Amino acid sequence: MNTIIEVKSLTKKFDGLTAVDNVSFNVETGEIFAFLGPNGAGKSTTIKMLTTLLRPSSGNIIVNGHDPVNHPDAVRRSFGIVFQDPSLDEDLTAWENMEIHGVLYDVPSSTLKQKSEELLKFVDLWSRKDNFVKEFSGGMKRRLEIARGLLHLPKIIFLDEPTLGLDPQTRNHIWAYVRDLNKNAGTTVFFTTHYMEEADKIAQRIAIIDHGKIIAIGTSNDLKKQTNTNSLEDAFLALTGSTIREEAVNPNDRMRKMHKMWRK
Amino acid sequence: MKKIYILWLRQIKKYLRSKSRIVGSLGQPLLFLIALGYGLNSVFQQAGQGSYLNFLSPGIIAMSIIFTSIFSGMEVIWDRQFGFLKETLAAPISRFNIMIGRTLGGATVATMQGIIVMFISLLFGFRPVSWINMIPAIGIMFIIALLFTSLGTMIASLLEDMQGFHLIMNFLVMPIFFFSGAIFPLQGLPKVLVIIVRINPLSYGIDALRILLINVGHYGLGIDTIVLLSVTLIFLWLGSHFFKKIQI
Repeated sequence: MNTIIEVKSLTKKFDGLTAVDNVSFNVETGEIFAFLGPNGAGKSTTIKMLTTLLRPSSGNIIVNGHDPVNHPDAVRRSFGIVFQDPSLDEDLTAWENMEIHGVLYDVPSSTLKQKSEELLKFVDLWSRKDNFVKEFSGGMKRRLEIARGLLHLPKIIFLDEPTLGLDPQTRNHIWAYVRDLNKNAGTTVFFTTHYMEEADKIAQRIAIIDHGKIIAIGTSNDLKKQTNTNSLEDAFLALTGSTIREEAVNPNDRMRKMHKMWRK
Repeated sequence: MKKIYILWLRQIKKYLRSKSRIVGSLGQPLLFLIALGYGLNSVFQQAGQGSYLNFLSPGIIAMSIIFTSIFSGMEVIWDRQFGFLKETLAAPISRFNIMIGRTLGGATVATMQGIIVMFISLLFGFRPVSWINMIPAIGIMFIIALLFTSLGTMIASLLEDMQGFHLIMNFLVMPIFFFSGAIFPLQGLPKVLVIIVRINPLSYGIDALRILLINVGHYGLGIDTIVLLSVTLIFLWLGSHFFKKIQI
């Protein structure tokens, strides 16, 4: 197998705080790779560096043969991403959000129409396609983000807690689709989640990150054996401890509130 | 090209849908037109300068353009907070093209706003010397809009959130407007003011609009256009330079 993502001694510091600390790992082509860790462990920061949105403080990354720092455009052509936090334009309709994504990702317009319809039906939003996203519930927005992320066929797909806040039916539905994509199109899947049973069922290999460091990597069985536990959840807790993590305060929530008042 | 177009279209759609924003941003120009235009008309006429409303209107058109365009440029901040910026930054499109699409969109919106104000001032008694000249005037309006949308993008790339909003408003946007000759003639100003007005790119925009619309000018249309175009190119370059540095 070929390595499609190669990370060597990756480090990211935000004034004084080391979010990602000397992390190294590889993801093979066609693999489903889970990246697990408590809140604030450095998962999203790592994904942002892999996807050209953040510059690493030090270390090397190769994604699909290119370095995100020096050749961001080449890297951007090789992946698709579903972000952890919202990234839709709420003033546009569901359909318009799909359309912009399709154009930005060079999906031919005939495919764009057909695929958007298929995906919006898949996430059960077809009847709401002409509604503004700001009228959607949290779960509907999440489903739209996923449908949008699957619109083009990238070599690698990053899913940052894609199923957060969705009901078990929808979650199963979506993971089945992702699995099919992996099997039929050979798409490499890199995902994070807090649902251990999802990682257990879907991932071929799992890395566990805590305080910015990778503390274990292997198949679900490897991790269970290593910790002498019966479930991935127990293995996860054994590795990361049971203290509850505080995430850094997010100024975005306050901004959103302000913005809503502003608009009225 | 298609990618730039879709980003441009997005700004236009959002503008046309926010009726409250269109109407809301007409309040200030209206206030200036009525209070200053009618209020100072007789004083201006006694000084032998003709109708103040005629003189003021190009300035007020430019005012609505710079306000709208700077804030269109600054919408990058909202997009960053709401996450849509990530969607574009992770996509296979160069940062330069994202910036161009957004800036053209913002500038188009600001020009539309300027055109609305131009028609409103006609209702209040503004009379251009030639109706045909309104077409090149719209061209000048678009260049002004492009210049200040780039400036807005530049500011937005440097700010984390809207905390600095009042700072920008009171120490940048307002001075640019007041020291541009929008509300007073450029003849016979004190030395310091002459220098300030001369380094303000908006002065040339308003001067060009006046030459075209009411046939009164200070620097000359040639100089106005050259200065406007070169500053616009520099600001576009600076805007894209700072935009490229954005990290999420």
